Amino acid sequence: MFASLLRNRTSQAKHLFVNLIPSVLALAGFFLLCGLVLQVRGQDPLEFYSIILVSGFASFDDFGYVLFNATPLIFTGLAVAIGYKSGLFNIGCEGQLYIAAFAAAWIGIHLNLPTFLLIPFCIGGAMIAGAGWGAIPGLLKARYGAHEVINTIMMNFIAFALMNYLVTSVYQEPGQMIPQTQQIHEAAQLPRLASFLPVLPRSNPLNVSCLLACACAVCCYIFLTYTRWGYELRLVGNARDAAAYGGINPGTVTIWVMALSGAVAGLAGVAEVMGYRHRFLDNFSSGWGFTGIAVALLGRNNPFGILAAAILFGSLNKVALDIDILLGVPRGLFLAGQGMLIIWLVSIESISQKFFDHSRGVKRGD
Amino acid sequence: MILELIPSTLRMATPLGFAALGGIYSERAGVINLALEGMMLIGAFGYVIGAQASGSVWIGLLVGTGFALTLALLHAVATVTFHAEQIVTGIGINILALGITEYLLPTTEQVGGLPHWKVPFIGSYSFVVYLLPVLMVASHVLLFKTPWGLRLRAAGESTEALAALSLSRAKWQYIGVMLSGILAGIGGCFLASEVHYFTKGMTAGRGYLALAAVIFGNWHPLSGIAACFLFGFATALELANRWNIPVQLLNSLPYILTMVVLAGLVGTSRPPASLGRMKS
Repeated sequence: MFASLLRNRTSQAKHLFVNLIPSVLALAGFFLLCGLVLQVRGQDPLEFYSIILVSGFASFDDFGYVLFNATPLIFTGLAVAIGYKSGLFNIGCEGQLYIAAFAAAWIGIHLNLPTFLLIPFCIGGAMIAGAGWGAIPGLLKARYGAHEVINTIMMNFIAFALMNYLVTSVYQEPGQMIPQTQQIHEAAQLPRLASFLPVLPRSNPLNVSCLLACACAVCCYIFLTYTRWGYELRLVGNARDAAAYGGINPGTVTIWVMALSGAVAGLAGVAEVMGYRHRFLDNFSSGWGFTGIAVALLGRNNPFGILAAAILFGSLNKVALDIDILLGVPRGLFLAGQGMLIIWLVSIESISQKFFDHSRGVKRGD
Repeated sequence: MILELIPSTLRMATPLGFAALGGIYSERAGVINLALEGMMLIGAFGYVIGAQASGSVWIGLLVGTGFALTLALLHAVATVTFHAEQIVTGIGINILALGITEYLLPTTEQVGGLPHWKVPFIGSYSFVVYLLPVLMVASHVLLFKTPWGLRLRAAGESTEALAALSLSRAKWQYIGVMLSGILAGIGGCFLASEVHYFTKGMTAGRGYLALAAVIFGNWHPLSGIAACFLFGFATALELANRWNIPVQLLNSLPYILTMVVLAGLVGTSRPPASLGRMKS
């Protein structure tokens, strides 16, 4: 029995190792590419690498900024992974988080309740709004077989247009030219961590939404690994026919998985509205929904991997700002690197999968 | 009233039309192409860089198309050779194009536009505008009336048929994706040539809109381009808005229509059978 347990352990370790190869290789390629570009510019790549190490981790203040940057990416990364585990691509996180952010802002402005009621109302309302926006492509897929990728993309653009309309025509802050709503009630604002942690300076924007993100990652892990619904979700992703044979309705699962994914993506909007800006500003997200795809891929769709990947991207975002100021390197370098990283990740993943299947004598396909 | 909307409709529809034609070639060969947006963007960027460096719009057109072709090659290598997930690769390429163009952002120095041709009763437009209907009809003939088109479509429909003829599926998929790069690149060049400079993210979702037109037009060149003109008209309407319809509603109309068509609520939209499937 002990031997089998041990074998199980080693196979688990091997599995983990195989799983990590694409991430490690793609990251190495990413840093090499950035170094190479700097070399071509005539700057010292070593200086750049040292900035990467120092920039995000030199002080609590710096690390606070890293976690602040990582917070929305944790949510969108988890949202993408939830869909992916069930064989669904949620490219609509960007739209879902906007809809949810607006819902949070609307409730935070219009309901006048004490904090212990208003905060759950805002978060709940935002999650419901995100879930609703996400469920539509799920429903269209389950009912009509329409591909969720196309529909989530279309719904992103519809969400952008809707938000722009609401915030310029209906809910714009009176007497302002900026496309934003008025401030939400103080009772709906999530406190900054600097108010409990004396190591953080008052100016640090890190707030309670970061703790919410970490809790969300743990909840996702438990949900996906240990609950019946998580099992159904993964089964539909891995073996749709087997799931149907086993009495699970894949269509129903598709709908609620997309709704769940939208709800989690919506929390990224909550982090922005309730945690940071305290109002809804048009176009506030800098592509978090799309970066979430990279985060989920890099984290191998594992909630804890996503946590790590989001923190890495959070620190890279901060580094991007620093090298812009210190070395005069435009931010676009990291964006381009991120694009290459995504392409490498999926390519290496596909190659390594073929390689390992081959070495085990398994023929994939059909 | 409608007549005065024609010029802006043509100007809106042309870049969409080129990208959509590109999307049709790629997807007919079985490769999902979400990278149209990035290819258009880098095309526009290349046009401005090339024209600024050489002073010639033709060099600009060449550079822009070449850049887009390079991105298409990257997409083809990743998806066809390495069997990488096509949707993710496409998004990666879009982010890459956004990053490259932001990193090497050209100056705001104006560049010339592509030469305009004056045609009686129609007016004076960039020659690219007249090229679109020609290419549309040519693509239709090429894809549906020639053995060449049959093989390209076989790569997207039935891999067994290609294998039975001992033809390489990969070769046809490369052709499809590269053509999409060239066409989307020209679309991007046109976009930059009309405004005479490059701005960050200037395609503003046109690549995705072109993809919507491909689906709306059921992966056919004729109906796909017709969809582009419809979408272009919706955009032109918002410029000449006289009825106080919220611009944002007109803006999102193409996306809503595409969702409706894709769901099969009105008409049908059927993708190539092996679209996105790499393992045979």
